[in-house]
Amino acid sequence: MSNRLTHLKELEAESIHIFREVASEFARPVMLYSIGKDSSVMLRLAQKAFHPGRIPFPLLHVDTSYKFQEMLTFRDEYTEQIGATLIVHRNESALADGANPFRLGTQKCCGLLKTRSLLDALTEGGFDAAFGGARREEEKSRAKERVYSFRDGAGQWDPKSQRPELWNLFNGRIDKGESIRVFPLSNWTELDVWHYIHLENIPVVPLYFAKMREMIVRGDTLISTEHEPRLLPGEKPQMVMCRMRSLGCTYCTGAVRSDADTVPKIIAELVGMRRSERENRVIDHDQEGSMELKKREGYF
Amino acid sequence: MAILEATSAVPNIEAFLEQDQRKGLLRFTTAGSVDDGKSTLIGRLLFDSRGVYEDQLAAVRNSTLNRSSGPIDFSLLTDGLRAEREQGITIDVAYRYFATPKRKFIIADTPGHEQYTRNMATGASTAELAIVLVDARNGVLPQSRRHAFIAALLGIPQIVVAVNKMDLVDFSAEVFARIREEFDAHLKRLGIPAAYFIPVSALEGDNVIVRSPRTPWYEGESLLERLESVPLDHGATERPVRFPVQYVIRPDLDFRGYAGQVVSGTVRPGDPVMVLPSGRTSRVKSIVSWEGELAEAFAPMPATVCLEDELDISRGDMLVHPGKMPHVSRHFEALVVWMSAEPLKVGQPYLIKHTTQQVAATVTSLLHRVDVNTLAEAPAERLELNEIGRVAVETARPLFFDAYAANRATGSFILIDPIGNGTVAAGMIQEPHREPDADRAARAALLDLEFQASRLTSAERYARAGHRPATIWLTARQELAYLLERRLFQRGTQVHVIAGEVESPILPELAALLTAVGLISIFSGLTLDAAECERARERVGADRFFHFDPESLPTSDEEAAEQILAALEDREVLPRTRFTEQEGI
Repeated sequence: MSNRLTHLKELEAESIHIFREVASEFARPVMLYSIGKDSSVMLRLAQKAFHPGRIPFPLLHVDTSYKFQEMLTFRDEYTEQIGATLIVHRNESALADGANPFRLGTQKCCGLLKTRSLLDALTEGGFDAAFGGARREEEKSRAKERVYSFRDGAGQWDPKSQRPELWNLFNGRIDKGESIRVFPLSNWTELDVWHYIHLENIPVVPLYFAKMREMIVRGDTLISTEHEPRLLPGEKPQMVMCRMRSLGCTYCTGAVRSDADTVPKIIAELVGMRRSERENRVIDHDQEGSMELKKREGYF
Repeated sequence: MAILEATSAVPNIEAFLEQDQRKGLLRFTTAGSVDDGKSTLIGRLLFDSRGVYEDQLAAVRNSTLNRSSGPIDFSLLTDGLRAEREQGITIDVAYRYFATPKRKFIIADTPGHEQYTRNMATGASTAELAIVLVDARNGVLPQSRRHAFIAALLGIPQIVVAVNKMDLVDFSAEVFARIREEFDAHLKRLGIPAAYFIPVSALEGDNVIVRSPRTPWYEGESLLERLESVPLDHGATERPVRFPVQYVIRPDLDFRGYAGQVVSGTVRPGDPVMVLPSGRTSRVKSIVSWEGELAEAFAPMPATVCLEDELDISRGDMLVHPGKMPHVSRHFEALVVWMSAEPLKVGQPYLIKHTTQQVAATVTSLLHRVDVNTLAEAPAERLELNEIGRVAVETARPLFFDAYAANRATGSFILIDPIGNGTVAAGMIQEPHREPDADRAARAALLDLEFQASRLTSAERYARAGHRPATIWLTARQELAYLLERRLFQRGTQVHVIAGEVESPILPELAALLTAVGLISIFSGLTLDAAECERARERVGADRFFHFDPESLPTSDEEAAEQILAALEDREVLPRTRFTEQEGI
């Protein structure tokens, strides 16, 4: 067994290989940086792939303006600390028109502030490859996602015309205007991600750790009060010991009740609790198969 | 049961992490037909090993209400996309993940229909184990044979045959034995040494996680036990070093590191390396990583290698051990799985992606098609989607490869359509391309020319030239060839280098001709292979033929040239002058 890698080292090797392939074969790659734990792991893997050189592509954060302040602070401090180039993109015209989840509903809001904004940012930057932190384990439609996911000129995904992917020979051929979404963490599970964060001491946003936070309790869901969502009759904010399992916009990312305030405690919770991490994402449950529909339209 | 303890209640998280950290990873593929219960088997594995999260399970319960009623339909856990759900079949490769306290597993779940050979091949390409399902009621059907064939074609080292639906044949030992005997014979024909047979009922869970009391006659492991115990090490770290350069890291003028993945073998500082295609040699100075310098990097580790000498190396080059070269050639034969709706066309331009090289390629001939059901080989005009054939390929530049059976990483490639950009085929390299008959005839013609042309004797030539003729066969190391040419020229000999990416079967005859006219000729080309070397020795005559194995020579070109000059003196090609040179110092 000495000459055999552990599962985490093997996943790391696979991801590093992917980073180097993309950096070699594409003219303008970019990393979609969502500030979440998966992005943190992607960043570390990219650092490793090009060490002692710098990460040879910029990071792109699509800012909906409804992110948690703690995320933005972390984003600015951490990317500066590691010397990465950060691009922040907002759909300013949609925001000026008053796009928000309370007025438009979560589906339309996400379409404008995330999907549209992302596609615009990719076009503006002339990026031909974009790394994303999505994992196949997260959601059913992602189980069949390729590592190199082909997107047509409009940034759309067609599940029927994806290229077969054999061994680790990735086909990055595209025509002008087309692009590839690249998922270096395809084979990682949520547990792998946390375990790697633990072993590698990777910094993550403090929102992942439990503390007393002001929340609206709506059924099983805890909603942050940070961007002053509308209260339903009878609701009032209360302090709850909780943490985020995944990070998105304040309104669409529910917290879970938890007292896990360290990475090992989060892992303990994870292996004990056994609920999937996207469960608290309002967006996935809009309708059955909704993630697949969003992806066809260009969502990550 | 150990699995439940470790996942449902964690008494000590540090101990759990410690154990979890040391786990290995097994990638396996499952192949089965529509009704032989593959999805149910996988659903069972995921469910019973607690891989299915509670809320995903709740979502499945909701959609089950729309279809047939009954207990939980495990297959719905694994069928992903809408189109598939509507058709009630899986149509693509889906990846699933689960872990036990012993191992982490990645399942490449592929459909079993004939038209989806390409998906099975895709799933099999990264797998170290294949589970082939057989329906106990139906015995060994053509699709089971096909699955085994594709597993063998893609070089999966381990095969487990799950004889499913044993509950429907009353857990009969006879049924199981009959299927086993029949399938074993088929596997032997495929060259698969030993498969592992397990009687299971995916629906009822027999022999899936734990051994079933309903098969007391079965003494082997349960499916999960087998998955947890099968050896993970297939000797990749013991094979010859292959390090395709992916990316050159140059943060400043003082650092130049070659980044890539060690696809086979083990690299250590101090090791001699040869760079392909230049043939130049050096030593590993250091292996740099985020964690610091490494004492070794073994397959499949990523590594950044620094060399002692400044050489011109870029993406697509390969670092190898000088004594254990891969084949270097623009020609090879391969088995390909055709993956495009557009059939294979002989002579049409494609792109080939092989290790980190991507070059233009054409299929020069379709040698035969292989019937996936009967394994019969038959001549064919073209290859359609999901068909498998043996082809001869020619590439614009030489590739550095091994046969797929010897090395999955350097023996595999994909073909890309340069117009539509799609991946149209997956290929497994078989062996270097053989010399066509036409070239043999050309060689014979040249022989006639030579022996009718000259009436001078070798003694007359020696008297004039002051040295004897010789053929020096250097294979790689072009720079050494030119240095040697210079040294020999300075010594007053008639000498000439023939180098480059030459690949002509008439080279042995050319060597014979040049030797006959009294020249010292140095052949240096990576594409010269062992068979040509032997023919050249035969044609030139053993006493005039010098073959230097790159491994046996010093890595420094200067030292190597000196060693070769000494050998030429020993064999009286050159007059002995070495003592005078030494006196002169």
